[in-house]
Amino acid sequence: MAKDILRVEKLERVFRVGSEDVHALRGISFSITEGEFVSIMGTSGSGKSTLLNILGCLDTPSAGDYIIDGVSIGSLSKNELSTLRNRKIGFVFQNYNLLARTTAIENVELPLFYNNSIPAKERRERAEAALKLVGLENRMEHMPNQLSGGQQQRVAIARALVNDPVILLADEATGNLDTRTSYEIMSLFQDLHNQGKTIAFVTHEPDIATFTTRKIRLMDGQIMEDAPINTQSAAEALASLNNQQEA
Amino acid sequence: MNIGNLIKIAINSLFRNKMRTILTMLGIVIGIASVIAMVSIGQASTQSVHEELSSMGSNMIMIMPARQHRGGVDMGMSSSKSLDNKDLESLKNNTRYVAAVSPNVSTNKQLIYGNNNHSCSISGVSPSYLEIRKYGLKEGVMFTDDDVNKYNKVCVIGQTVVDALFTNGESPIGKTIRFGSIPMMVIGILEEKGQNGMGDDQDDIVLAPYTTIQKRFLGITYFNMMFASATSEEESELAATEITYILRSNHGIKSGASDDFDIRTQEELVSTMSSVSQMMTVLLAAIASISLVVGGIGIMNIMYVTVTERTKEIGLRMAIGAHNRDIKMQFLCESVILSLIGGVIGIVLGLIISYVASKLMNMPYVVSETAIVASFLVCAFTGIFFGWYPAKKAANMDPISALRYE
Repeated sequence: MAKDILRVEKLERVFRVGSEDVHALRGISFSITEGEFVSIMGTSGSGKSTLLNILGCLDTPSAGDYIIDGVSIGSLSKNELSTLRNRKIGFVFQNYNLLARTTAIENVELPLFYNNSIPAKERRERAEAALKLVGLENRMEHMPNQLSGGQQQRVAIARALVNDPVILLADEATGNLDTRTSYEIMSLFQDLHNQGKTIAFVTHEPDIATFTTRKIRLMDGQIMEDAPINTQSAAEALASLNNQQEA
Repeated sequence: MNIGNLIKIAINSLFRNKMRTILTMLGIVIGIASVIAMVSIGQASTQSVHEELSSMGSNMIMIMPARQHRGGVDMGMSSSKSLDNKDLESLKNNTRYVAAVSPNVSTNKQLIYGNNNHSCSISGVSPSYLEIRKYGLKEGVMFTDDDVNKYNKVCVIGQTVVDALFTNGESPIGKTIRFGSIPMMVIGILEEKGQNGMGDDQDDIVLAPYTTIQKRFLGITYFNMMFASATSEEESELAATEITYILRSNHGIKSGASDDFDIRTQEELVSTMSSVSQMMTVLLAAIASISLVVGGIGIMNIMYVTVTERTKEIGLRMAIGAHNRDIKMQFLCESVILSLIGGVIGIVLGLIISYVASKLMNMPYVVSETAIVASFLVCAFTGIFFGWYPAKKAANMDPISALRYE
């Protein structure tokens, strides 16, 4: 039995808007085990962003418990949460969030700057390795504006991988990309998954979710569906896309 | 995060916006440069005043009759006739710290030689006047005590007088000038001294034996004033005390009553002049530091804009593990580096400006270490002070909303 990377129990999140309480999450429980590729789906307002923020330790739950890699985050201070994010979590955002006028390799190095135990030489080596992993070994000194959207997202993925996190959290990571590039990125995620990475992928596109191994669907702050799915290969989808275009 | 990484990140982000960085720095550069230049120029003028006064004889002491009131009416400066020969003799013979003493009686006369005439003040002095006032002789000789005793009609003249009267290049030595109706023979020419600190021409001068002026010109027995020199600059206060004591006893002034004479040492004059130019220095520096404050506010303004503009970057950095403190230090570091680099450039620029100014205004070039150290500290302080609030604003951002910021 693979071990739990993260586990949420009766997770609730209440926002106070004016004099009204808005329940974004209404007591949800699930766990993600090592090596899973989970898609978290839901329409806007379903609570998926709130869930992702909590999973990413950017936010803390109003009630319930969240345990990541054996650590319960409920009792942690802001700084401890920051350190936790730095060591255990890799973020991939919809709009890449790369630093402008900063080379790809420097962007990838960024998380390691906030880890004092890593010397400059190792920082460089790890960043290079991460960029190789996403297939950008010959774009290392390029600025973000010299890269395509897909390449920028690859840099962002390399940045998420560089600290060797226990889980990759992707927030609509294909949202800004065309279908072909989306499939390329999903193919990369599948490769990473095959190498044993644990990935949670937030999306509202059902076809993107089919490339994952498990789907959690949220609605109104509650889990509506949580089931393994018949995984499609992104590489094959890409190939058939190419065939269609040629035909 | 360690300090090395911090500085690297700060420098990287400053480099990413070269133009903005340079423009922001410009405020500090101008502020610091003007403070350095103003202080340096101010100190140079203080120093040049000091040198000027020293050239008049740094251990010189002036003794003047006190103001006199007659029936409640102020008769003006040096109006009493309290200084006379008796005082001269006792100052010559009974003092320890007074090296030389010369009376001074002066009158204005029209000087006539051939077709030329020149109006100037004639000073009746004793031979030691040259030593006291640090005048040198270019040609000829100074009159002697013998000339003084015999009321001889001889004089020593300055270069301006020579230029005014002897226009065809002949040597004035041995020639006779008429002072109004009284003929006097020129026996010496003074070395040129140029203008003094107040802009007076020190070469527009005629020296004659004081007895000659007293008896032949004015018909008086008192002196307008007296010049003395102390044995050294340090002992001029002692000499002044000594002179006060002797003159009081000569004039029979009871203890408690005020002096009927004024004594001024050069030291007092120097300190008065210095305090004036020091005040100017402070004033200039104060005006210059306004531009430094403006520069500092410029930094604060830009840091604010930067923080808002880079909200997303801040959110990202927080998401990937930056502590609030890391963010605060990053922005603080940026503003401190900004102001320190600006400061260094400003110091160099200020030194160049003051060097050029000193050459143009013919003043000594003074490098004020205090001003340099102080402005460097001010720079660091400016960076911290004006960077603090924007940095705090950045650090207090909520990572979730910062990431969503558009």
